[in-house]
Amino acid sequence: MSLSVKHLLGIKELKTEDIQNIFRTADNFKQVLQRPIKKVPTLRDTTVANVFFENSTRTRISFELAEKRLSADVVNFSASGSSVSKGETLIDTVNNILAMKVDMVVMRHSASGAPWFLAEHIDASIINAGDGINEHPTQALLDAFSMRERLGELKGKRIAIIGDIMHSRVALSNIFCLQKLGAEVMVAGPPTLIPKYIQDLGVKVEYDVKKALQWCQVANVLRIQLERQNKPLFSTLREYALFYGINRQMLDSLKKEIVIMHPGPINRGVEINSDVADSKQSIILDQVENGVAIRMAVIYLLSGKRDLGE
Amino acid sequence: MKTLLDHNQLNITLQRLAHQLIENHLQFNDTAIIGIQPRGVLLSDRIAALVQKITKQKHIDYGRLDITFYRDDVSQGIHVPKRTDIEFSIEDRNVILIDDVLHTGRTIRSAMDALIDFGRPKSVELLVLVDRRFSRELPIQPDYIGHTVDTIMTQKVKVYWAEQDKKDEVVLID
Repeated sequence: MSLSVKHLLGIKELKTEDIQNIFRTADNFKQVLQRPIKKVPTLRDTTVANVFFENSTRTRISFELAEKRLSADVVNFSASGSSVSKGETLIDTVNNILAMKVDMVVMRHSASGAPWFLAEHIDASIINAGDGINEHPTQALLDAFSMRERLGELKGKRIAIIGDIMHSRVALSNIFCLQKLGAEVMVAGPPTLIPKYIQDLGVKVEYDVKKALQWCQVANVLRIQLERQNKPLFSTLREYALFYGINRQMLDSLKKEIVIMHPGPINRGVEINSDVADSKQSIILDQVENGVAIRMAVIYLLSGKRDLGE
Repeated sequence: MKTLLDHNQLNITLQRLAHQLIENHLQFNDTAIIGIQPRGVLLSDRIAALVQKITKQKHIDYGRLDITFYRDDVSQGIHVPKRTDIEFSIEDRNVILIDDVLHTGRTIRSAMDALIDFGRPKSVELLVLVDRRFSRELPIQPDYIGHTVDTIMTQKVKVYWAEQDKKDEVVLID
């Protein structure tokens, strides 16, 4: 059974069954990754291009490992050092890559909506690896998958997303994904970093981080994205850390043990302290581990949608 | 639709297959049984239980193998994987692969590839309940056969198991 979509552009377009299907498949790939030979020959006949117009460590390595462990051929492209700097358009760049017989494109782009635009113009399957401040579907899937590992089915579970909600594609994809799985979602952070009308998505809004922590079972802490802020939205990093950073004392004052997550890269001492990030409550490295299995599942499930052509 | 094996015949056949395995592998000290997911496992569950009962061994190495990721037709459709559990080393052991129906041989090809990723067995044998001979697309032959049948491509052989289908029966569907 493959997915109901040809591309993985956003979680918004996925059905709940698609998400469950991805999780079931990822369970199997996670098992493959525990074996001495962490590789299966499934996609020997597939070539995947990783097209990154924006920096990335985790996502890019994770995608590349996922592709290699499925035995696909991989080509990497990054905007710096390419003809993009000579003025080549997005469609031209991607069509030139596809002309070399590439079956699937994994793309990260700083412009929100770029993968949707591309999907209208090319035939290959596209996986969105993050577009601007819009969506980052595989991150949301691996987040929900990691939560499910800890808490079981997510129906009725309370999850708080804390920090820079405004500039975070992880936040939006997480909201869609968790709601489709039946969880309750809260966003928390300074008012300047929480978009207006976000409650229309059906999420709770909280400006007091302590209260959010008291409410939730899982806190997904997001990075402050200074590179996307073109005007100051809070006074100093120190002030942010003081009022909105998660530290040990805060967690110890709760009468329960909550799960701490962070999509990385971490600004230690800003949104999260080391004594929290490195504690056993934190599943930050489990998220990274699960990322490969989730991406293998997505690539595998989309590969059946390929246009076989001639 | 024609019945190839009814309840009694099927169970006698299973007994025979178990005895044939024991004839060659005695106490199963150096031999492991591996069923192929999804339908072969229903057969291998029975065979493993019979072998254990007859040999009076406390433990026999028995695993299940999913071959989804080793198929050669991924681009023609996506199959949902089932669990693989092989909790023992197959390195230098005799392995008996078990599937319910042998048809084109492609499943067994995938299974052998999957198996090799877990180690290098000393030998691999194949046990099938129904052998649809003359329809092979690969040079693969079984070592233990429950029942042989001549079929054409459009026909289907279906094995029903009491555990899942409420009856033990093998039928040929036109």
